[in-house]
Amino acid sequence: MAGGKSRQTGRRRVISSRVARLIVEQARQIHKQVLAGRKPTLKFPVRSLANVSYRPRVGYFELKGRKKERTLMVSTVKTFAQTLRMMALSNELIAADDIATKREAYYVSKNWGPARFKEQPESDTVIDDIEALFQVNREQLGFIPEEKGGDVAGRLVVLDRDRDSGKTLRIDCTKFGSGAYSIPISVEDLGFETRAKFILAIETAGMFQRLVKHSFWKKADCILVSMGGVPTRACRRFIRRLADEKKIPVYVFVDCDPYGIGNIYRTLKVGSGNAAHINEFFCVPQARFLGITPDDIERYRLPTHPLKEVDIKRANDALKNDPFVLHHKAWQRAFTKLMAMGVRAEQQALAKWGLNYVIDTYLPEKLAHPEKFLP
Amino acid sequence: MAPQGKTRNKTGARAKGKPKSKSKAGPKPGARTRKAGPDKKQLGLFGAEAGAATGTRAAARSGYTTPAARQAPAPAARARKETASARRAPRKTSRRRYGRPRSAAEQMARQQREISISEFFTKNRHLLGFDNPQKALLTTVKEAVDNSLDACEEAKILPDLEVTITPAGENRYRVKVVDNGPGIVHSQVKKIFGKLLYGSKFHRMKQSRGQQGIGISAAVMYSQLTTGKPVVIVSRTRADRPAHRLEVKIDTRRNSPEVFGDAEVEWPFAHETGTAVEMEIEGVYRAGKRSVDQYIEQSAIANPHARILYQGPRGEAREFPRLSPELPREAQEIKPHPHGVELGMLMTMLKESKSRNIKGALMRDFSRVSERVALAICQAAGLPDSAKPRRLKPEQVEALHRAMGQVKVMNPPSSCVVPIGEELLAASLEQGIEAEFFTSVTRPPAVYRGNPFQVEAALAWGGNLAADEPCTLYRFANRVPLQYQQSDCAITRAVLDLDWRHYRVSQARGALPSGPLVILVHLASVWVPFTSESKEAVARYPEILREIRLALQVCARRLSQFLGAKRRQAEQERKHSYIETYIPHIGIALREILGLREKEEKRLVEKLQDTLRRSRRLH
Repeated sequence: MAGGKSRQTGRRRVISSRVARLIVEQARQIHKQVLAGRKPTLKFPVRSLANVSYRPRVGYFELKGRKKERTLMVSTVKTFAQTLRMMALSNELIAADDIATKREAYYVSKNWGPARFKEQPESDTVIDDIEALFQVNREQLGFIPEEKGGDVAGRLVVLDRDRDSGKTLRIDCTKFGSGAYSIPISVEDLGFETRAKFILAIETAGMFQRLVKHSFWKKADCILVSMGGVPTRACRRFIRRLADEKKIPVYVFVDCDPYGIGNIYRTLKVGSGNAAHINEFFCVPQARFLGITPDDIERYRLPTHPLKEVDIKRANDALKNDPFVLHHKAWQRAFTKLMAMGVRAEQQALAKWGLNYVIDTYLPEKLAHPEKFLP
Repeated sequence: MAPQGKTRNKTGARAKGKPKSKSKAGPKPGARTRKAGPDKKQLGLFGAEAGAATGTRAAARSGYTTPAARQAPAPAARARKETASARRAPRKTSRRRYGRPRSAAEQMARQQREISISEFFTKNRHLLGFDNPQKALLTTVKEAVDNSLDACEEAKILPDLEVTITPAGENRYRVKVVDNGPGIVHSQVKKIFGKLLYGSKFHRMKQSRGQQGIGISAAVMYSQLTTGKPVVIVSRTRADRPAHRLEVKIDTRRNSPEVFGDAEVEWPFAHETGTAVEMEIEGVYRAGKRSVDQYIEQSAIANPHARILYQGPRGEAREFPRLSPELPREAQEIKPHPHGVELGMLMTMLKESKSRNIKGALMRDFSRVSERVALAICQAAGLPDSAKPRRLKPEQVEALHRAMGQVKVMNPPSSCVVPIGEELLAASLEQGIEAEFFTSVTRPPAVYRGNPFQVEAALAWGGNLAADEPCTLYRFANRVPLQYQQSDCAITRAVLDLDWRHYRVSQARGALPSGPLVILVHLASVWVPFTSESKEAVARYPEILREIRLALQVCARRLSQFLGAKRRQAEQERKHSYIETYIPHIGIALREILGLREKEEKRLVEKLQDTLRRSRRLH
């Protein structure tokens, strides 16, 4: 354990000092440009779906490499100054081994006089800019999100450490009863012990509760993770590290609608288009789509609701622009079929056949044929 | 000048004579009398007056006087007239008493007589600019000032005017205008001030402020009607001659002057010659728009060669100094142009022509008519060029008039119009108005209906001018400010029709442009086509509208350039200050990251500011 601890903190130091070095390097470069009488520039990768490609070999969205140069001018001077001040703040956090939530960073900026942010989205954008600039994630910069990571229950022991004593803490995820282990915001230093056969990532907390309550993990010998909508970075990173280190498959169980497939599942598997510079770490390429598939709606004769206008728009958009969907014929077929049916079905729709139909029938039937899962 | 007076006198004489001849011809059938009425001579007379609308109307009406018109003359005059006709009447009626009843024509004849000039004036005072007491005060000052300036210029004297308005009781003012002009010959004084339609300017084609010989005598008439007091004139024509002081009234029944006091007096002024006019009128003084004050201010702008001292009714004295020591070039007098002559005018001209044939008459009495053109006109009219001008039948004159309009004739000489001048106009506006930007343009002369004219425009922008209100529009015709009937004026039309938003000036739909803007337009012409006798608005001839538009466009373009440059500069400054707000934060951030010393940070910030300030393209 002692070895594990030193390895973890050591890695953290290495990462931190690497980011700090990048920040100092960038600042030095700007300093040089100014002293040479030139207008300083910062080079950012373009952050949009158009500058993203799906690389099936590594399994995630990657930046195409188009960069946008931000030269110090009238229109950019304010953001330029804010970006540099935010870098200085990050540098300070790293040096002090501290963290600040995005909200806190926003409040720190209130000290900056005219360079302060008016609303938090402005400061969030600057943080995202710096992430992209250095190709790191915000946790490495010392900034953490407000959002909750997700819940875990099942055959897993999480290894964390006590901040005061430095001792390793063993957190047994089977011993939360009807509750669950909360994924922390930073998961980089966690260690895992498990013999589970697979990880089941679930969209809704409701379904997660049902599976926990009836100890589905015991029956299926698995780890249950509740994503609560689109998975946060911490949640994605947690599943990724767990799946990578313990070499276990990841199955995803979400609603059958364009949001469940196109947003929740897609983001978990290949990362988001907006933060493509860090998708390398925040994706789970080994994830497979368990259900609910459009075929399931027919096979299990599930009650449905008509597709909403936003659903149709989202589906069309995915079919046209999403590099992930464009790569997988199976997904194009699924989307097209869903559109043709014009309906959507929720996970809870299985309750039509009995509250525990999902545990007794649906999941076992599906899990018997993982090879049939959608990519 | 003389011809007009004579003509009028003749008319008067004949009109007076008529009842006599009619009464002689009494027994004859009315139908014949009537037929004989409009003989050739009379037609000629009508034609002669065609130009002077008031005269024409007066003459035209005299034939068909309405009962209402008869109520107007002073009771005394009416009584006298009635007794006079009564004296004649009994003889005739006694003879006719037992005969046939009177014919309708004879009854009407009893009511037909000349209209007194005062009657006409009272009924038509609005035509002459005396519709209300406020306007009357302005018109009185204006007529006196116009006359003074015209006289000075004609005598080649740099005008030096003194205008004083003093309150004289409730709603009464004494208006006094003193000039350093040539003075008025003693024998003419009474006619100029005591007789309507007497003047030097009506019968010639020459650019001047006054045109018709109505103005100052109308003011005298108004003064007399409202206060009963005579006009006082003091004038001296030579340094070695005595000055005369006359008190003149108008005999409103006969349109002739009545002199009350006539004395040689001490010349009280510094200048050698000149005229001082003083009259008391009923009026209302109001400051602000369309006030006498503004009239004087604007006159000073349009006459940079004049010095004007003005003392308003509230005792405030203002001096408008002379800006230019040079008199404007003298306007050339020209003959009428074939394209601009009216039929009645043509008839008179032919009647009075000294040439023996129409070819000669055309060449002699009109401008730009060569022998070739004269022959072409005769041919187009189907008349032999040897025809005698005085013997032409009315239909032949009409044919000739038509032909004159059709044949191509060279434009009239433009030496007869005198503009203020581009530079002088801008300089003058600059002296009169506090603004930031001035521009002006003088267009080349142009022609409407055979009358040469020239348009000038100037703009003033910014400074102390009110920013959020519609612009101020100064209209001038032959250097005279026009203050009423703005909406009827060709100048206003042209300003409204221009899309000012093209030139970075805001303008609501169908309204004057708004902003800290003064627009000045001056129209100089041998004959300014006013919409009425009170000379308040210029008629909308397409040629005139076009010239005004072109002049305004030139000025507006320059204004737009100025505004553009100004906007760019303001933008630049705004950007610099914006940049300088944030640069220190770049310094702070770099200091924090790199651990710079204060001195290094300061140097960095200064260097960066310097770099950005020097860079041309900031965005």
